[in-house]
Amino acid sequence: MKRAVAAAGPLAPAALLTAIAFVLPLAWLLRLSLDRSSGGGMLVDAVTAANYLRFLGDGFYLGVLWRSTWMAALASALTLLLSYPLALFLARTRSRWRGFLAVLTIAPLLVSSVVRTFGWMVILGDQGWVNGLLRLVSLTAAPLRLMNNMLGVLIGLTEVMMPVMTLALIAGFARLDPTLEEAARSLGAPPRKVLLRVTLPLSMPGVLLGSLVTFVLSISSFVTPKLLGGGRVAVLATSIYEEALETLNWPFAAAISVVLVAVFGVALMLYERAMRRWMI
Amino acid sequence: MDDLSTAFRIAVVLLFAFLLAPLVVVLLTSFSNDEFLAFPPHHWGLGGYRALVGNAAFRAGLGTSLVLAATVTAISLVCGAGAAYALARFSFPGSGFLLAIFTAPLLLPAIILGLGLLLVFARLGLLATMPGLVIGHSLVTLPYAIRINLTAIRGIAPALEEAAATLGAGPVRVFFRVTLPLMLPGIVAAAALAFLASFDEVVISLFLVGPRLTTLPIEIFHYIEYRADPQVSALSVALILLTALLVVIVERSLGVLRALAR
Repeated sequence: MKRAVAAAGPLAPAALLTAIAFVLPLAWLLRLSLDRSSGGGMLVDAVTAANYLRFLGDGFYLGVLWRSTWMAALASALTLLLSYPLALFLARTRSRWRGFLAVLTIAPLLVSSVVRTFGWMVILGDQGWVNGLLRLVSLTAAPLRLMNNMLGVLIGLTEVMMPVMTLALIAGFARLDPTLEEAARSLGAPPRKVLLRVTLPLSMPGVLLGSLVTFVLSISSFVTPKLLGGGRVAVLATSIYEEALETLNWPFAAAISVVLVAVFGVALMLYERAMRRWMI
Repeated sequence: MDDLSTAFRIAVVLLFAFLLAPLVVVLLTSFSNDEFLAFPPHHWGLGGYRALVGNAAFRAGLGTSLVLAATVTAISLVCGAGAAYALARFSFPGSGFLLAIFTAPLLLPAIILGLGLLLVFARLGLLATMPGLVIGHSLVTLPYAIRINLTAIRGIAPALEEAAATLGAGPVRVFFRVTLPLMLPGIVAAAALAFLASFDEVVISLFLVGPRLTTLPIEIFHYIEYRADPQVSALSVALILLTALLVVIVERSLGVLRALAR
């Protein structure tokens, strides 16, 4: 008891901040998701599942949920595909540039997502670099639509997530004993077989963790879908934003948030199940 | 590995190109003198940087963001170091649960944290105010500060503190003369991360800013929704350089601290 009292002093500021900025808002959000909105930002005290029923009964919002899920799944798969060779290279290379290249891989994490997304807007726009290059070599008459659609969002998301995935994969490779691969090679396995039968299965914990983190970050991402989707790609995060700040239907925005957390829960369950299978 | 195949090497080079493409393009286009960004750029020059210096909205946003990030850093360091010290040095019932609650904001999407803050701050009259933004940003920087400081404290041998206590130092003196100096590298790292996280924060800010009080990332966000010009590229380059500078300073000061500790 005495220890708890002694700890209370230094703990108090952090506890107060967490209570005001985290516990209270979340409790409020949960409660509000059961309220009714009379439109125009007016709230009506109620205990009703109307907001959830509206979400589940409306084809548009079910479409948003479905689009968000496959967007995040596809972005995770693409990120994994592109990050795996990068991580394998960084884990195995003996180049003296290794440290520099590792920093280069992680550095984009420190750059604001707005700046990175802006870079993609310059590359993918109708007047952008890709279309400009294609026009220079007169390959296309009309510009390719690389932005303001799902394709642009996926390209941007994949690049934004690559450092995170690469970090998770490198951590996975670090625990992998390279002598196992040497053993497979010395027993006559060709490189492709070593990769598929030894390296890949042993790196599964890193693959699963990286995929979980990428999925969760992608399905809740806002900046990339909003800017590269150009208002034409409605996902859960952009819907929450619009309901909260444009339509001013706060109870419905709160209900969509709860649905998003539920998707998180499902993703986490699938991850734990997959982990158990691979750990045995 | 020296037996990496050529195809694999080419793939790795292409992947690096993809990963760094947006940053490289931003750097190149910041030296364009065109009205709008288009490929290929027609005129080169420093027009983007000149326009940037003259942009009052960006200047005001920068001011807000710098003050905000500095305040958030100070608050999360005081709260974070205190909480980490208490969690590491006093094992009391519920300390594990408390740590989980402190870290929980990192697990939830920023869009949900932002919405929750909007709902509560609307009632408390904290929307579009500096205190509101400070509280909102501290919510995401505090978990980092606690985690990093916790790791730093756990690396300090309790014997050092016990020795000071045996020699007659009171608990407060032990903390300020022994524990705190040994925690310094962790505190420096936590400060840099908190500053960057607050300075770059977008999603939570979107819910908390107003027409009279806007941060720099929000100004950029709304600007690029409608236009892409060299000014934004120039601003992006400035932000990247600022980040790099901060990383170098931390790197250096950690080296100095390590040298001092020797």
